[in-house]
Amino acid sequence: MASGERTSPAGNKMRKIKRRLDLFMVLTWVASIAAVVTLLWILESIVTPAWPVIQHTGLSFFASAVWDVNRDRYGALPFLIGTAVSSLIALIIALPLGLFIALFLSENFLPLGVRHAIRFVVELLAAIPSVVYGLWGIAVVIPLVQHFGGYLSDYLGFIPLFSGPATGNSMLTASLVLAIMVLPTITAISRTALVAVPPTLREGSYAVGATRWETIFRVLLPTAAPGIVAATILAFGRAMGETMAVAMLIGNSPRLSWSLLSPAGTLAGLLANQFGEAQGLQISALMYAALALVVLTLFVNMAGEAVLRRAEKATAGIR
Amino acid sequence: MEGKLLPMKTSKVSFLFLGALVTQLVSWSASAATQLQGAGATFPAPLYQRWIAEYSKANPDVQINYQGVGSGAGIKQFTQNLVSFGASDAAMTDKEIAAVKQGVMLIPATAGSIVLAYNLPGVDNLKLSREAYVGIFLGKIAKWNDPAIAKTNEGVNLPNSPITVCTRSDGSGTTFVFTKHLSAISPEFKDKVGEGTSVTWPTGVAGKGNDGVTALIKQNRGAIGYVEYGYAIHNKLPFATLQNKAGEFVTATTASEEAALATTQFPPNLLRAWPSDPDCKECYPIATFTWLLLYQKYDNAQTAEAVKKFVNFGLTDGQKFSEELGYIPLPKAVADKSLEVLKTVQ
Repeated sequence: MASGERTSPAGNKMRKIKRRLDLFMVLTWVASIAAVVTLLWILESIVTPAWPVIQHTGLSFFASAVWDVNRDRYGALPFLIGTAVSSLIALIIALPLGLFIALFLSENFLPLGVRHAIRFVVELLAAIPSVVYGLWGIAVVIPLVQHFGGYLSDYLGFIPLFSGPATGNSMLTASLVLAIMVLPTITAISRTALVAVPPTLREGSYAVGATRWETIFRVLLPTAAPGIVAATILAFGRAMGETMAVAMLIGNSPRLSWSLLSPAGTLAGLLANQFGEAQGLQISALMYAALALVVLTLFVNMAGEAVLRRAEKATAGIR
Repeated sequence: MEGKLLPMKTSKVSFLFLGALVTQLVSWSASAATQLQGAGATFPAPLYQRWIAEYSKANPDVQINYQGVGSGAGIKQFTQNLVSFGASDAAMTDKEIAAVKQGVMLIPATAGSIVLAYNLPGVDNLKLSREAYVGIFLGKIAKWNDPAIAKTNEGVNLPNSPITVCTRSDGSGTTFVFTKHLSAISPEFKDKVGEGTSVTWPTGVAGKGNDGVTALIKQNRGAIGYVEYGYAIHNKLPFATLQNKAGEFVTATTASEEAALATTQFPPNLLRAWPSDPDCKECYPIATFTWLLLYQKYDNAQTAEAVKKFVNFGLTDGQKFSEELGYIPLPKAVADKSLEVLKTVQ
């Protein structure tokens, strides 16, 4: 900028904009640092009250299956397993389903308008509040599980996974509802990954004589695989942290059981149920469980993000 | 130019507005009536709310607010001096009392009973012997047609289906009273599960709060669970007739619960006792008081006076709302003792 222009109105304006930009920069800095500080602050306020139990039991906290508040003995193994298993089963159900929906929405089986409508509805599933899923689970899934679970345990009860008695509030009920809750996550991210596959690849595949399904399974899915893996991991993180719906449906039992038809418990559900009335060492134990949950979900989400970023880079290379 | 002036104007206006708001707030708080904050047990909350509503009609200068946050949380807030009075179904332990520097007055305020509500279509009047209901909650009796249940229910068509035991997932005064009773009648239960506000049940599903357990019972066919009498009544759930210490089968009614409460022997200096296993023919076996927690010495004389007046109302006129809301009015002797203790609050 020339010195003569400084006093001109245009120059004044420029400087004003610049100053505002600086202020804006400061604001964004403050906001982003505040976010980081908040995370550290949360961690600190979990670790401090948890310290007595961390010091006392260490990692054996996660190996003990006894959660007995009455006798001040705390082991989080049943809840740790409950969290992992309910999320895994949800994924086993939701992954194929979500992938099929994503494929369906990224291919041209239907006119674009209809696909948009379906996509909108699937993504709306993510907007339903957790407690409403819980209520729906109570009204619909519990009676179903109780009814068919009874047959399952009668005929397949010799397999530990289906041994009776079948309760309505069980691992299976919670997992089924979780599966529907993570469906939008899987569908949306997988669809984006599938759409991002360069059209040249598809055209090339057709050119060498592959059918549509050969193209889908041999070219599109492998190319989009990293994105689909990321979708799965992020959905896993979402399922692990889910609290309300699971606490309403899983039966909140601190006992380990092989059967999917038995009640179980999760870390998130444990916290939601017991924190309000907790006292003394129990608070400490619950905070330790909260720390485990935070670390687990942070780790899983970070892994998901990392895979997603690599996937984006990989497809960018092809393009 | 305008761009410069406008922000100044708005800031002046907003300052004026803020100032007006502050003066308004100050004047409100200055003219505000005595405020009492209470927190604690959820079980007596509907009754306390009713007391507050009725009391406020006659005394508009006192504002009372009660939050049903649970007995444990109530004791915590009371100990931290965050409330003017607390409430607890499990009273307070000696250790908890020692932690309150202003001193504690435990005042039995109302009473209730715990019933075993069940969901068994076609069975309206289930009778459970002492060994049967202990066995069910220990997980030893797992089917409805178990001989221990069938024995006391002749002519009733009991299904060959599993029993789903419904318990509390959170800490609770209800659990405390119920496990205290089961421990009193069964050494095995005392040894395996024990008594407390939160215990590890050997079987079943768990829900949060009396409403959570009520919902579980409704949802699961073949379920049985322990809830406060009022919850079973409001939700029209059938509940079992239980065998008492004298061997009689008694159903929960105001009369049978009052009889049980009348057997309570309070220690001389503290109104804290549970009729864990009342011994009389017409007694319903699981009844309990619930307590208001007051400080022995309040920092503020005005607050002390207001609390005393309100609790006095609850212990006298307030008792007549008990029955319609599913509670048991305090036996005369206990109410008199409570009033006596209330007088010593400063």
